[in-house]
Amino acid sequence: MSAVLQYAVQGLAAGSFYALAALGLAVIFGVLGVVNFAHGAFYMLGAVATAVLLDTLDLTLWWSLLVVPVLMFGFGVVVERLLVQWLLQLDPLYNLLLTFGLTLVLVELVKQRYGVSGLPYQLPGGLQGRLDVAGVVLPRYQLFVLLFSVAVCVLVWLMMTRTRIGMIVRAATEKPELARALGINVGRWVTPVFGFGVALAGLAGVLAAPFRAITADMGNNFAIILFAVVVIGGLGSIVGAVVAGFLVGLVEAFGQAYAPTFAQILIFVLMALVIVVRPAGLFGRQEATT
Amino acid sequence: MESKRKWAGASALTMTLLLSACGGGGPGSSGGDFTGDKLVLAVLNDQSGVYKDASGPNSVKAVKMAVADFQAKYGDKAVVKNIEVTSTDHQNKPDIANTKASELYERGGADVILDVPTSSAALAVANQAKNHKKLFLDVSAATTALTGAQCNKYTFQWAYNTYLLANATGTTVTRDGGKKWTIIYPDYEFGQNMTKSFTDAITKAGGTVGETIPTPFPNENFATFLTKAGSSNPDVIGTMHAGGDLINLVKQFNESGLKEKGVELAVGLMLINDIHSLGVEQFAGTLFTDPWYWNQDAEARAWADKFMTETGVRPSFEHAGNYSAALQYLEAVQAVGTDDADKVIANLEGKKVNDVFLRNGEIRAADHSVVHDANLARVKKPADVKEPWDYEEIVTKIPASEGFAPAEASGCSMKP
Repeated sequence: MSAVLQYAVQGLAAGSFYALAALGLAVIFGVLGVVNFAHGAFYMLGAVATAVLLDTLDLTLWWSLLVVPVLMFGFGVVVERLLVQWLLQLDPLYNLLLTFGLTLVLVELVKQRYGVSGLPYQLPGGLQGRLDVAGVVLPRYQLFVLLFSVAVCVLVWLMMTRTRIGMIVRAATEKPELARALGINVGRWVTPVFGFGVALAGLAGVLAAPFRAITADMGNNFAIILFAVVVIGGLGSIVGAVVAGFLVGLVEAFGQAYAPTFAQILIFVLMALVIVVRPAGLFGRQEATT
Repeated sequence: MESKRKWAGASALTMTLLLSACGGGGPGSSGGDFTGDKLVLAVLNDQSGVYKDASGPNSVKAVKMAVADFQAKYGDKAVVKNIEVTSTDHQNKPDIANTKASELYERGGADVILDVPTSSAALAVANQAKNHKKLFLDVSAATTALTGAQCNKYTFQWAYNTYLLANATGTTVTRDGGKKWTIIYPDYEFGQNMTKSFTDAITKAGGTVGETIPTPFPNENFATFLTKAGSSNPDVIGTMHAGGDLINLVKQFNESGLKEKGVELAVGLMLINDIHSLGVEQFAGTLFTDPWYWNQDAEARAWADKFMTETGVRPSFEHAGNYSAALQYLEAVQAVGTDDADKVIANLEGKKVNDVFLRNGEIRAADHSVVHDANLARVKKPADVKEPWDYEEIVTKIPASEGFAPAEASGCSMKP
């Protein structure tokens, strides 16, 4: 029993991380309709920036949690202005190709600059060690990631549903014509929303630095899992991304425990099952795709 | 017409024979005994991918160092003046390695191909070496098949193999009290072979392997795998992962609390570059086999100093292995006075060698495995590190006779 509880706790911890990382992907798709293939690369840049900031400026994780998302927001704004905006009115395929190409370029640049073996990163003192409650062990840092991710997810959800800006953004994207008729400048919101999504990817990268290998390739495989998460949750749905994130974390943990060879395949089996039953994903809206 | 041509051919042949008899092939000349009047050493390896730092461009520099040392030693007495070093990227893909090796032998004029990490790529190159009847000195690939079931006359394995890794780490750790093992391995050929070699070695040394846990490859999240591995309370967790997966696993092992419970982590294959990139803190206390360590003695260190001047980093055992392979190849060429592969091989076979890399080394004639003493190493604690790259404490020396399987057990039957 305690083993099952242990796996469940580990699954939730991993799931919270998936939820946070997938959130930006969901936001960008929900608002811009862009399938952002570069999300894994943005996540990687966040982690690399964290390691570099520690190495060069001695900025600890706490500072990186603030600084890196701001930097990544700026980077996202530049990418949107320079590249993405020109393709927005075209078939989504063009943006998929663009972001895929962008991934290749970013990964190669990081390889050129920082090599292939990875960058070192040390956990700040306060987050080392473990919590042991009735035989269920969770590293302190994992617990921190869990709480932090949930907090950010809730904040983003509140922002999108309860604030004026959130409502304008949603109106502008769901019914752009109507929003325009009401005097909302739809185009104005596209750039900051893209930057925001990129900042969320960077934030996930910061959190990853202490417990993942920081290499140029770290986002490649991870991005595939994230796509499974957003497809399960329903493309563009924030709540869906969060729920699916936890679901995938749990499936992975129990898969690792009871069917190790199939641990990663199980995620995609889950995805296939969800698509069969609900083609738009758990929280996806059919009309959103029209 | 026909007879005229024959006559011309015969006289040309006589002239050539006369010329070579008058000292054509002797020291100081590079006459007809070298194809194209030059010797070409080709380094075929990973110039941009995951093994770039472990070997890559710096192995090319190591081979160039060997050429320079050879030229400095023999000067005018060198049997060949013109020695070229070329390099090609195989991207760790067997099909690319196969094509590139064929090109190098046929059009590149390569007399020998060196390095070739990634077992599947190395096996493809070995096959090309056999077909072209030219030398292949493998340094960075670990599969025992190169000197076992798929061995051939033209292929040598210079630095290490999975048997050495398993027997040095598996046997020594078990003998030192780590009796109960759990092995976590990536579920593909290298991981499976390593797990088998380790299990054999551990059992032979009186230990037990309780559980072997396959993981997807590549994989980022090892949390539950580690919980599972720790649940049977082993003395040692052995990991057969490499590169990014190894780093993920080590970071998460350190967080899992298993270390504090007294569980040791033994790594199947690790290079000094892995420790350098992740930082010594993460790996502190980890046991692993290092076929050669740059600071293992004064001779190694002196060469590592030269290497550092050339490259800015300390050498991995793969860098040193490439230097040694190139140097011993050049020595053999010097001894036989030709680049003829069969004559060079005859000179190399059975030779006992001591150089910067090979200690107590022997180039075995039976299976072309180059055996030598190796090290079981432990990663130092950060406080014990005295200078950059000073990461390893040598726990024990593994004599060549223990680290490598006897030639009779290799399963190699050498057919030219």
